[in-house]
Amino acid sequence: MKNSSEILEVQQLSIQFKGRRGNVDAVKGISFSVPYGKTLAVVGESGSGKSVTAMACTQLLPKPPICEVSGEIWFEGRNLLALSEEEIRTVRGSGIAYIFQEPSTSLNPVYTIGFQIAEAIHLHIKNPGDVHLRVIELLDLVGIRDPEKRFGAYPHELSGGMQQRVMIAIALACEPKLLIADEPTTALDVTIQKQIMDLLLDLKRKLKMSIILITHNFGIVNGFADEVMVLFRGEVVEFGSVKDVLKTPRHPYTKALIGCIPRLNQKKRRLTTIDHEIVS
Amino acid sequence: MSEVLLQVKNLKVHFPVKGGVLGRVVDTIRAVDDVSFEIHKCKTLGLVGESGSGKTTVGRSILKLAPVTQGEIYYDGKEIVSMQKRPFFPYRKKIQMIFQDPFNSLNPRMKVEDIISEPLEIHFKKMSRLDRQKRIFNLLDKVELSKDSMMRYPHEFSGGQRQRIGIARALAVEPDFIVCDEAVSALDVSVQAQVVNLLQDLQAELGLTYLFIAHDLAVVQHISDSIAVMNKGKIVEQGPSDEICQNPKQAYTQNLLDAAPIL
Ligand SMILES: Nc1ncnc2c1ncn2[C@@H]1O[C@H](COP(=O)(O)OP(=O)(O)OP(=O)(O)O)[C@@H](O)[C@H]1O
Ligand SMILES: Nc1ncnc2c1ncn2[C@@H]1O[C@H](COP(=O)(O)OP(=O)(O)OP(=O)(O)O)[C@@H](O)[C@H]1O
Ligand SMILES: [Mg+2]
Ligand SMILES: [Mg+2]
Repeated sequence: MKNSSEILEVQQLSIQFKGRRGNVDAVKGISFSVPYGKTLAVVGESGSGKSVTAMACTQLLPKPPICEVSGEIWFEGRNLLALSEEEIRTVRGSGIAYIFQEPSTSLNPVYTIGFQIAEAIHLHIKNPGDVHLRVIELLDLVGIRDPEKRFGAYPHELSGGMQQRVMIAIALACEPKLLIADEPTTALDVTIQKQIMDLLLDLKRKLKMSIILITHNFGIVNGFADEVMVLFRGEVVEFGSVKDVLKTPRHPYTKALIGCIPRLNQKKRRLTTIDHEIVS
Repeated sequence: MSEVLLQVKNLKVHFPVKGGVLGRVVDTIRAVDDVSFEIHKCKTLGLVGESGSGKTTVGRSILKLAPVTQGEIYYDGKEIVSMQKRPFFPYRKKIQMIFQDPFNSLNPRMKVEDIISEPLEIHFKKMSRLDRQKRIFNLLDKVELSKDSMMRYPHEFSGGQRQRIGIARALAVEPDFIVCDEAVSALDVSVQAQVVNLLQDLQAELGLTYLFIAHDLAVVQHISDSIAVMNKGKIVEQGPSDEICQNPKQAYTQNLLDAAPIL
């Protein structure tokens, strides 16, 4: 059942939300895998199921009857969907760590950022050494200026991009085997974006970390990922190496999506959008 | 040239850094440090710059949501920093903001319908319930959200869907000026294009004015008439958008352009 060259193997994953006015089939039986030490980029339209797929991996979605998850997710010889709450907790952090799409949903507003990063280190690293020093080092790594001055800051005292980088620091503090990064650089300007992506590449090499990278940014997919999966309305419509998919996309949705990418110095009166009648 | 709608003069916003057991002020963060710019009616100023350089704080100052240390902001000729709450009330309709962090800016206990209808109830007291609903339908449609979104709560949406709820709310009260703070950054390129086109259509139709804060230079160049580049609380370069993108004078701006990922 478990292929040893893959760190994560998802089979026939379906996610359904039960609503007062009908159900939402967010993910409709998708299968994919992430090889050890590789980066899989996940792209697709807003609402296509990228974040819920990521959250299903460590049972972070609401429990039934609100949300029904079926299928299998294999990680290190275990089906994560079948684990008890206690067992899955041991996977979170040092097994699979997240950088969530919206920082405010995962940073705790009542603790300083220094405290929150230190907590992650204490929880997941066996002999952490000087934790304060390590926190400062992590803040510095993610490009926060004057880390000493910021150690005692509360999340609301930081800019959006700085909060995002604190979350990245927390995820990296866990030294996970698989990092799931959901739009990790959406709020970051290109210079810091580059610094973060270089940092992730570096860690990937050093810690042999595997990465699932959810992003809207094709520039990042191109420079950073090995394989790319395109989701469209809860289904995988394209999967392949980054080079192949960007150069010769097969599915009309992928083609249309690539056609929408805005480029510097292009003179266009209107940006290109997708005519959904045509692609579906 | 049309007239100036917004003029920001020598704006400073400094935050105290507290430290030690007593929580004394040990330092200050100069989030915005002597920033001046103006935006003409029906035009768009793009604001770019490093994360933490003070962009959001500039935007919040215009809505009186940041503690201004010094400086003046003129809206349609009237100084608003020193304005009291009551005279500022009408400006709370005219000036809207699409917030960078959608989750934090939407009340989790309210359905989408109520989130969008709340400002309508405040600023359009006479509007009938039916008209309100019609307008909400219409707005949701424009930002590509389905009708049944009305009855759902913010946590039941994806990140990009939540961002669009914030956009619909800002547009609902028919503002004249919108601070768009990373308003399209969580959207895939197709929906992003849709929303950018919508903002441009509204500008052409209704004469809206925008302060467009974003980090994707291609989008900023597309939508903006002029661009200001911020670094460490100061504007380091300002000019017509094509000029900034094609012949940047400042090394920092050049860095931004160089670091833009290539396809
Ligand atoms: N708690 C929930 N209750 C009901 N529906 C939900 C819930 N969470 C997500 N959904 C729905 O599931 C679908 C997939 O959501 P998901 O967050 O995975 O999208 P996404 O691909 O990450 O989009 P984005 O790029 O906008 O972040 C969406 O249609 C969303 O409305
Ligand atoms: N309420 C606050 N208390 C203390 N410091 C603050 C507060 N709000 C903002 N700051 C500080 O002001 C500076 C500018 O923040 P701002 O949010 O304006 O940056 P930004 O340019 O919008 O960055 P980003 O691109 O990351 O969103 C940052 O150093 C931030 O930590
Ligand atoms: Mg998402
Ligand atoms: Mg900001």
